[in-house]
Amino acid sequence: MITIDSLNKLYHTPRGTFTALRDVNLQIERGDVFGIIGLSGAGKSTLIRCLNRLEEPDSGSIVIDGREITRLATHELREARKKIGMIFQHFNLLDSRTVQGNVAFPLELAGWPRKEVAQRVEEILDLVGLSDKAGNYPAQLSGGQKQRVGIARALANHPEVLLSDEATSALDPQTTSSILELLADINRKLGLTIVLITHEMSVIRQICSKVAVMDRGEIVESGAVQQVFTAPSSATMRLFLEHSALLQGYGAGI
Amino acid sequence: MHEDLLPMLLTGFGETLYMVVLSTVAAIVLGLPLGVLVVITSAGHVLESPRLNRVLGAVINVTRSFPFIIMIVLLLPLSRFLVGTTLGATAASVPLSIAAAPFLARIIENSLKEVDRGKVEAALAMGATPLQIVSKVLIPEALASLVLGLTLAVITITGFTATAGAIGAGGLGSLAIRYGYMRYREDVMFATVLILVIFVQGVQWSGDRLARWINRNQHRLG
Repeated sequence: MITIDSLNKLYHTPRGTFTALRDVNLQIERGDVFGIIGLSGAGKSTLIRCLNRLEEPDSGSIVIDGREITRLATHELREARKKIGMIFQHFNLLDSRTVQGNVAFPLELAGWPRKEVAQRVEEILDLVGLSDKAGNYPAQLSGGQKQRVGIARALANHPEVLLSDEATSALDPQTTSSILELLADINRKLGLTIVLITHEMSVIRQICSKVAVMDRGEIVESGAVQQVFTAPSSATMRLFLEHSALLQGYGAGI
Repeated sequence: MHEDLLPMLLTGFGETLYMVVLSTVAAIVLGLPLGVLVVITSAGHVLESPRLNRVLGAVINVTRSFPFIIMIVLLLPLSRFLVGTTLGATAASVPLSIAAAPFLARIIENSLKEVDRGKVEAALAMGATPLQIVSKVLIPEALASLVLGLTLAVITITGFTATAGAIGAGGLGSLAIRYGYMRYREDVMFATVLILVIFVQGVQWSGDRLARWINRNQHRLG
């Protein structure tokens, strides 16, 4: 479904060159919920943003569903992006539009006829459990509700892939859990491939089938979640596991 | 009170209103594309182009440096070319529009810059074109702030019309100078200033109301 081949990305700053991605290779299968975990600055956000070319990689290739994203011309890229949904840490909803208007937005961009837009919006709001909020503005919603709108918006145009850029990092643990449940549910119902980045082990544990661990721009380990959790081969992953075990062990007392 | 006062004021206010409306419309036609272009050609934006951005910035700064009265004199030939004369309210609207456009462009730039980058990014990720980003994201999201900026521009243009009045544009400013100042008609002076004060208050009040109404719609709490 998604093949990332020797991807490199450098940032040039006045103080020198910073390697954000170094020879990244990944294979993501259709229907996977693929988690990429790493500390901040590890390059995971750059990586996921390269998948729809919000960031331009310097070299390497990305193929999604048989189409080589890294070689598309501007107008082809715009068409391809319409089939790649994305959700964000800070939701990025349009405050001037109602919930309905926000979900209709990608459909307007894709040139859907108005009548079908209304029908699709209703359908998808039902899926994320927000039918009763259709006429509300984002300012009237809680964080969790805003992210549900974000998810509805990302799913409206029947994407092949959903990219999740720290989508639960701004939410409290309970809301995070319910949003993850929704994503897992969508993955099961629609067979949608989900790529998510996070710095929280609990997110990986709750919904991912596979995981890649990033450190300083490189993938240091990847595989099925169970395997990586039980027999980590990288120091980064061991650190993550120790830390989360510590939290769990003392969690009851917090 | 002289019996000529009322008709004089009516004509004067009519001319002022005509200049303000005409120049505001023309300033929007010139200033809106300019302001939008400055924003979207800036670093990291949807039509990033450092060279064009620098040129546009320079154009705005240079035109904004001219004292308005100098601008009028400089643009006399253009007024004559476009309107056929250098006298009267229509002729004065030429320098008024050209002086107000870069001012408005800066105001529009500041409003559009306030729109969260994340919203633009989300629209890009959905495959929006630069034009769609401007028309469906930047302008609607900045609308309340744009209305307040436009209000400020209308008031500034109203002030400019008085200066233009000093050299043959007509309007209330011209009345105040020709009658109030040169002929010691204190009633004319007082009445013109009073009308301008009321007019400016009215514009500001309407702009505030409109902006608040837009904001309330967008940020209504459940």
